Order: sequence, then C-alpha cells, then structure tokens
Amino acid sequence: MASLRDIQTRITSTKKTSQITKAMQMVSASKLSRAESNAKSFVPYMDKIQEVVASIALGSKDVTHPMLVSRPVKKTGYLVITSDRGLAGAYNSSILRSVYKQIQERHTSKDEYVVIALGRVGRDFFRMRGIEAIESVTGLPDQPSFADVKEIVRKTVDLFSEGAYDELYMYYSHFVNAIQQDVTMKKVLPLTDIESSGGRLSSYEFEPSAEEILEVLLPQYAESLIYGALLDGKASEHAARMTAMQSATDNAKELIRALTLQYNRARQAAITQEITEIVGGAAALE
Amino acid sequence: MKTFNVNIVTPDGPVVDTNVELVSAKAQSGELGIMAGHVPMVAPLQIGAVRLVTDGKQSELVAISGGFLEVRPDQVTILAQAAEKAENIDVARAKEAQQRAEQLLQSKQQENIDFKRAELALKRAINRVNVYEGKL
Repeated sequence: MASLRDIQTRITSTKKTSQITKAMQMVSASKLSRAESNAKSFVPYMDKIQEVVASIALGSKDVTHPMLVSRPVKKTGYLVITSDRGLAGAYNSSILRSVYKQIQERHTSKDEYVVIALGRVGRDFFRMRGIEAIESVTGLPDQPSFADVKEIVRKTVDLFSEGAYDELYMYYSHFVNAIQQDVTMKKVLPLTDIESSGGRLSSYEFEPSAEEILEVLLPQYAESLIYGALLDGKASEHAARMTAMQSATDNAKELIRALTLQYNRARQAAITQEITEIVGGAAALE
Repeated sequence: MKTFNVNIVTPDGPVVDTNVELVSAKAQSGELGIMAGHVPMVAPLQIGAVRLVTDGKQSELVAISGGFLEVRPDQVTILAQAAEKAENIDVARAKEAQQRAEQLLQSKQQENIDFKRAELALKRAINRVNVYEGKL
C-alpha cells in the first residue's frame, strides 16, 4: 500500500491538474460564446448572398458560368477544417476519421484527390499518411475575421477555376449546441445545389450583364460558404474543448475523492497501529 | 423627400442599417445614384466609397472593398467583403498598407500575380484614407 506521503503528493498534483482543466474549460466557454456571436453576425450576409445568387442562377436559366457546371471528375478536392491544438475531445479525430474513410472508399490512387488543410491537426494527420496538403493554413485566431481567411479561401476557389480539381468537398464540424457537434460533409464546388431560401425570387435588372455579375458573385458566394463553415467549425471546436475539459475536471474530482478516502484510511490505520503498539508496550511493563 | 432603407452587410456582421434619401456608389460600369423607387437591380461594385445622403445635405461616407449592390423596391443592400464607416477606419494602418503596397509595386514589376494583388491592396488603402479624410 502506498505511503501517506505518496498519496498526499498524488492528491496535490491531481488538484493542480483539475485547476488547469477548470481554467481551460472557462476560457473555452467564453470563447464559445464569442464564436457563437460571430457565427450569428455572419448569418445576414450569408442569407442575403444566397438569396441573390439563387434569384440570378435560378431566375435566368440561359445564364451560365463555369462554377455552376459539373464537369467530368478527374480530381477531387477535400477541404478539411480542424483545429490547431488538441485537448478538444473527439473533435479532430471524428472529422479526420470520416474524411479518411471517404477518401479510401472513393479513391484507389493518390493522383485522384488533393487535400487542403485548415488547421495544424489536419495537416499533420495527412502528412503522417504521406499526403501533403496542397494548401494549408495554421495559426488561425480563435475568432477569425474574414480578412484572416480571405487568402486561403480565394486560393481554394481559384484552384477550382484553374482546374486543379473538378469538385470540392468540405469537411467540418457543425455546431448544434454546446454538447453536440456533427461532422458535416458539404459539396462546395461546382455550385449545383443552390437552394432559394424560400423568399420570393425578384427579377432584377443586371448592370452591366448577368454573366458579369455572376463572375463577381459566384466566387464571393463560394468563399462565404467556406468562411461560414470555418466559423461553424470554430464554435464546435470551443464547445468540444469545453466539454472535454469539463469531463477532465469531473474525472479529477472523482480521483481526488477516491484518493482522499484512501489517504484517510491509511492515516486511521497508522493511528490504530500506534495505539496498539502503545497499549502493547504498557501491558508488557505491568 | 422619400427615404428608403439601406443595409451594408459584411461577413463580419452588418455595418450600416439606416434610412436614406440617396445612395451613390461606384459600380464596375460607372457611378450609380439610387433614390427611392428605383427598379430592382444588381450591380458589382468597385473598390471605392459609398455615399449615403440622409435628410437634405447630411451625407456619410463608407469605404467598400469589392462586393455588389442589390436594389429592391423598398430596400438597398450592399454586400461587401469589407466595409468601414469613416469614423471606424484605422487610418494609420491604411497608410502603412499604402506604403507597403507602393514599395511592392516598385520592386516586383515582373511577377504578375503579386503585382495584381499589390495593386488591389493599394487601391483599398487609398480608398480608406480618402474616405477617412472625407474626399470622394
């Protein structure tokens, strides 16, 4: 049985760990609320752009644009949104597992797909498996503004236009609520499934022409789809980390409780033993 | 005069939501002035300033970096990748960006992509400085 001092040391160190996890939980909680409000302030932009894209693309059937047309798929792009750091429970592993499974099911050779990684964990995951991401971004802030991701997002859309891949799927974790996040796969490009958001479709006049507007509008739309997913992913990341740290704190508390019990038993045993020895010694003197 | 609602929305949230008499913006095909009762229209915008004229002569400038303008019978929406009201512009940062872009343009005349990007960055920076100083 461990000595009193050993148990004491373990209790102290577990307590310290639990303080850290508790602090991380609280930090994530506040980051989560900020991330949620960021995601919320993005909604009006997304709704609006979706509305306009839908009314142009669906309203005028004779208008076409390379980004709206499906072409024969020779290469598939996967955009994977993960976090930079771990300690977020199953957040990263569930995304990566689902992408990797999909890739292995669909492709037989490495020439058939490319990976774009947003986040260090995702990039390193593919690197370990000998797949170098063609584009990657790490070190994104916890509350990314559009300016922070403009470069990579534009690059991703440009690569499609240049023909580096013929379709683009995006994997991220969709934030449902603080305890539930779902891995989501979304086809970004080509933009075949544009839904109208239910609102009435207005017939617009185009200045100068519908084609030229699509030229500006569609890349912007695709970029905002990706940015929206990133914000969603960030909210999920903070939520996942919060839950993970919450359960770590709970586990530490449980461990401390068990150790304290063990400590008290050992202490009591030592006292009992001492008394027995004293009584034994006194009896021997009589 | 009749007024109508104007919304300027960016990915980082709404920037402007007010009632105005006139919106004047620089579209890719030229300057556009929109008043109440305009036909529904969509037009891409240049990097430039949008002027919002509220009652009478009062006007406000907003710096816009790309995007487009949507006109509906009762509402005008501008969707931009970045937009700042004159009072929210970080002018020191804009001037710094302007200098950086100018240097880049002088040193890297050969590489086309960088050249184009620097040119756009310069345009955005100059636009911000202009809006801050109240020039159109």
